[in-house]
Amino acid sequence: MSDPAYNFAYLDEQTKRMIRRAILKGIAIPGYQVPFASREMPMPYGWGTGGVQVSAACLVPEDTMKVIDQGADDTTNAVSIRKFFENTAGVATTEKTREATVIQTRHRIPEEPLTEDQILVYQVPIPEPLRFLEPRETETRKMHALEEYGLMHVKLYEDIAQHGNIATAYAYPVQVEGRYVMDPSPIPKFDNPKLEMAAIQLFGAGREQRIYAIPPYSKVVSLDFEDYPFEASKADHPCDLCGAEHTYLDEVIIDDAGGRMFVCSDTDYCGERQADGHRGRLSPKLEAAQ
Amino acid sequence: MTPLLSVQNVAKYYGARVGCEGVNFDLYPGEVMGIVGESGSGKSTLLNCLAGHLAPDAGKVLFDTRANGMQDTVTMSEPERRMLGRTDWAFVHQNARDGLRMSVSAGGNVGERLMAVGARNYGDIREQAIDWLGRVEIATDRIDDRPRQFSGGMQQRLQIARNLVTGPRLVFMDEPTGGLDVSVQARLLDLLRGLVREMGLSAIIVTHDLAVVRLLADRLMVMKSGQVVETGLTDQVLDDPQHAYTQLLVSSVLQV
Repeated sequence: MSDPAYNFAYLDEQTKRMIRRAILKGIAIPGYQVPFASREMPMPYGWGTGGVQVSAACLVPEDTMKVIDQGADDTTNAVSIRKFFENTAGVATTEKTREATVIQTRHRIPEEPLTEDQILVYQVPIPEPLRFLEPRETETRKMHALEEYGLMHVKLYEDIAQHGNIATAYAYPVQVEGRYVMDPSPIPKFDNPKLEMAAIQLFGAGREQRIYAIPPYSKVVSLDFEDYPFEASKADHPCDLCGAEHTYLDEVIIDDAGGRMFVCSDTDYCGERQADGHRGRLSPKLEAAQ
Repeated sequence: MTPLLSVQNVAKYYGARVGCEGVNFDLYPGEVMGIVGESGSGKSTLLNCLAGHLAPDAGKVLFDTRANGMQDTVTMSEPERRMLGRTDWAFVHQNARDGLRMSVSAGGNVGERLMAVGARNYGDIREQAIDWLGRVEIATDRIDDRPRQFSGGMQQRLQIARNLVTGPRLVFMDEPTGGLDVSVQARLLDLLRGLVREMGLSAIIVTHDLAVVRLLADRLMVMKSGQVVETGLTDQVLDDPQHAYTQLLVSSVLQV
């Protein structure tokens, strides 16, 4: 049960209603940043206050919640937010992507394809994709309103001019339904193709007070040049624990001699594959057999 | 012949003060018009009204658009006006910092307008940027340097390249040579004169430097306290000034 000192899911009902309105507006205008009255949350900005507020507004008592941080269920941010909702909402929690109905994420989309019954909530630090090129909010809003997105390509041009290819590896800008250009939050560009999915995707930026959304099955195009097309890149290795060659990998330094291993960043997916008997280069059981 | 730009009774007030008032003129394709006057005479206000940066309080600014003929740019919708601002119009600021993105490379600065009108091929954009850097006499190997690393004269030339890359028909220039030393000024003027002739540009140049208009402008308009006090062919106005203020202005030029 949730702690009776709190309203269900921490926020008061008026606030949740206000956030739900912003969410509905965001879904109605895919990719458009809807301003909302972000509340002080019992955690610092940058720890997912936007995502937490969106999750709180979406949760019902029957929900099962999963929280991931960089793909992992067991990192500080993920654990503390999961505990937060266990305490304040009393909802069931899980680490299994398949069992969750609401998934709050930081910096990753789960490897397992999501379904129409699920909601994916992103924590967003800086929602404005044009921000680093155009510091004035009045101007960026005008650019969105008038669909003046040439500047976004200037950023990609600079990448190619300096690095020989589009070096932007995360927070790679996308255009939603042929209209709004949006920052998909700092997910690796490997995840960009997955933005066209069956689940509802909601983006919450607490400090910047913006909510935006991608409705299910929306068309999401990663910006690129004709002669430098978008590429979803990842480390060119299989996972050292489950042997998967199609997943996004973290590089882990394992000794002082430069030894390293690559493991799936999605811990749930990797664990499930290992349970199914998949083995990688450094799997413990393989070592035991030798 | 229809004028490219027709200015009718334009006025701009700052509260009770007059920015500029009762300005009328037609600018024909290929013509360069100079506006001179002392500081505070309203010439920059007028230029900003014409270029759509300021909304005039009265009057019409008709521009001969490619699609729909003469249109009043004051009453047209903002998207249309901004579209003109990055296709048919160009604006060269006095201070290159106002017209450039200082944190973006020279090539990116030149390419921005191309990308803003839909260019999506890196190779083409790069090629055009190189071509334009050549035209404004910036070494091609500086293409990936930031404007910060450029001298004042180079920044100004880069700004010109960035503005002209989309082939505008009308260029607004606000003191394009201000703050540059004379030898750099001379080269910049030479460059501008060449580009204006070669591309058949129409231009409106605001300056307080009479030598600049003598070199560049076909026609001249003299402003004082927000009013136009004299207009005419450049040589005529400078050699035989009629209005007392113009006479003062012409006689104030230091002779070396």
